[in-house]
Amino acid sequence: MPFIGKLRHYWSLTKPSQSGLLLATGLAGYMSARATSITSSTILQLSASLFLAIAGSTILNMWWDRDIDAKMGRTQKRATSKGLVAGSEVLLVGLLVSVIGVGWALAMDVLYGIVVFAGLFFDVVIYSMWLKRRTAWSILWGGISGAMPILAGRTLGLGAIDWIGIMLALGILLWIPTHTLTFSMKFAKDYADAGVPNFPSTYGLGVTRAAIAISSVLAAVAMVTAGYGIGMHDGYMRLLGVLSAGLFMLAGAIAFKPTEMINFGLFKYASVYMLASMILVVLEVI
Amino acid sequence: MKLNSLDRTLLLFTALLASYQVSEGIEGLATLPVTAYTIGFGILLIAALLIFILGFEVLDLPIVFILSTIIPLSLSLGLVWNHLASFRTAYLIFTIIGFLAVTFTRAIPMTNKMPVIILALTHGISGLTIFLLPIFLAIQGDMKLPFAFVGIGGGLIGIGGLLLSFLKMGKPILSRERIMRLFPLLLLLTTACFVAGFVWG
Repeated sequence: MPFIGKLRHYWSLTKPSQSGLLLATGLAGYMSARATSITSSTILQLSASLFLAIAGSTILNMWWDRDIDAKMGRTQKRATSKGLVAGSEVLLVGLLVSVIGVGWALAMDVLYGIVVFAGLFFDVVIYSMWLKRRTAWSILWGGISGAMPILAGRTLGLGAIDWIGIMLALGILLWIPTHTLTFSMKFAKDYADAGVPNFPSTYGLGVTRAAIAISSVLAAVAMVTAGYGIGMHDGYMRLLGVLSAGLFMLAGAIAFKPTEMINFGLFKYASVYMLASMILVVLEVI
Repeated sequence: MKLNSLDRTLLLFTALLASYQVSEGIEGLATLPVTAYTIGFGILLIAALLIFILGFEVLDLPIVFILSTIIPLSLSLGLVWNHLASFRTAYLIFTIIGFLAVTFTRAIPMTNKMPVIILALTHGISGLTIFLLPIFLAIQGDMKLPFAFVGIGGGLIGIGGLLLSFLKMGKPILSRERIMRLFPLLLLLTTACFVAGFVWG
């Protein structure tokens, strides 16, 4: 296979948009620390190390899940599921990218590196390898790993882990179920075909919708608390409050009057909400 | 009817302008007008985002009646509080009663004309307040001339509210398709007029 073609396959295995969004949270976390020495070199190194660690863990997940991905309509076309790239090669590339990413992070700052490594470990070992095929609650660990980039960014800027970092991480952790649970409702048959336990199949649609609503509300509470802790000025806090109210409204609708349109609306709105929150954090510092 | 890329662009700008107004445009005012304007512009922001995400179908939800009442009520309350000090308490009471009455008559099915009368009264008074008060203040010289833009914004949102209300009551002034095609532009012009009026007035 030509090198460019192979590169394209590996690029798709990094899930660029998802990795990009997680990277954006990491940068927002770094900016939120209002570090006195924000340099372009640090931002570039943070971006590169974090992206490599996230991409590495995503590639390793794809390698581990290639058998179940092949059974699900949504993931059947992945290069790993279709056998377009050799399993052993994917494992090697995943490990290499991960080691470079984590190693670079450790070289920049040990505590930052440890948080980045924790994210990778939770994602690949705890979530994918250990729990994903055993319990619907595996998404909790997937969520924790997704929350690590923002905590890592803030840790790098601050040189320590503080309660605001934990709140920002909680905001992401609680936002992730809105995505994953909506997905698992929409693609319930896929998950059943692959034998992957999830909330809708284990607890039913009602409980799943309640979980989505509760986690959305708690995510907003965590983000507003973090905004307060960062010292966001009144105007941005008002805006964050308005956006949070929109999230509350949709969460209430999904809990009490669920429809397909509301499900989709909450799913999309939650992404807009998180992106807007990250932009506000960055704007506050700029 | 699906949104096209022009609709999405107009809605995006509406959301950005409303965001600006919530975060920067009402700094330095007293607590109640800040709260009232935050609610009014906040609903404009959320409405623009939800139409952007879900399409025009979101306008068919029953809650639209209530939300579209809160916008003129809250904006007019902010204006009265800032510029008609002697009417503050009376208008605050009207706002609360108007909101509760619209919510109540929409929540409980009624066969008489009460819901329409309540809706028309609430929209009418609050809409006329937003339309006339800023223009009057600008002409009188109490505010700078561009403050009249707030009144124009009030007029535009009044037109939007009327078009939607008559459509929902089954007596459309324009066809549904034409109203939907106009709606994103109307929403953007409304928000732009409000922002211009507050910034330059």
